Amino acid sequence: MRETIRYMERTRLFYEAQGFDRSYQWAHFDDIPFHRPDKPLSESTVAIVTTAISDDDRETPMISRTARSIPIERVPERFFTDDLSWDKVTTHTDDRGSYFPLEPLIALQDSGVIGRLSPRYHFIPTEYSQRQTIDSDAPRICEACIEDEVDVAILVPL
Amino acid sequence: MTARTLETAGIATVIIGSALDIVTHCRVPRFLFTDLPLGNSLGRPFDREMQYHTVETGLALIESVDGPCVVISDLRWSDDDSWKLNYMKIDDSNREELRRMGEENRRRRKQQKAQGLRRS
Repeated sequence: MRETIRYMERTRLFYEAQGFDRSYQWAHFDDIPFHRPDKPLSESTVAIVTTAISDDDRETPMISRTARSIPIERVPERFFTDDLSWDKVTTHTDDRGSYFPLEPLIALQDSGVIGRLSPRYHFIPTEYSQRQTIDSDAPRICEACIEDEVDVAILVPL
Repeated sequence: MTARTLETAGIATVIIGSALDIVTHCRVPRFLFTDLPLGNSLGRPFDREMQYHTVETGLALIESVDGPCVVISDLRWSDDDSWKLNYMKIDDSNREELRRMGEENRRRRKQQKAQGLRRS
């Protein structure tokens, strides 16, 4: 395999260069939960989880953002990604399709590969605090997915 | 972490992303790694064929695997891998700027804390 970017090391060095002396402790768990689907994909409801926020919420400071579930009809033409840590030198996020799988999932729904697209998509903030994610944001998204009878979730972080 | 929570609740998940070390360090149920720049994990901008292929490949993992897995996509951003040097690059051209960014970051956090905005 070609050499892949070592993001953990890059991030550590980048913040050291900014004068931060404490390295971020990346999330790590000993176990891996795994659920085998109860039904075929062709009968499953599929939800999208993204870390990009809609332009309407761009004024919300990062530290104040919380998980949200939004009707799929309100997917914006353009998400706000300026303050997220994607590769701004190499590329851009002008094309929603490069990080948000709406159109492929609609096509797969129409062709019967998946049962249906979930009525809501979900935003999860890129949160420094793992405790915030584990105790608040992730459970909130989970609850919404259960309400929507979601069977499968595709998560595409930026 | 969100994928872990959903999976524990009985919702099968697949992460499609481009930070192999971060996601494998966390340990998640199903991960399709695309060796593409952060921000374009599904495929090059406006390359619909690549994007659709990625989503299909990711979804296929839901039914095809019997346990936790990491799958490496064979998609490439370009023939040349020099783009991989770009992300969070540090050299003499930006060291001073990074130092200033750090000061501004700390100043902003102090201000937010004074306003009652806190990381938990």
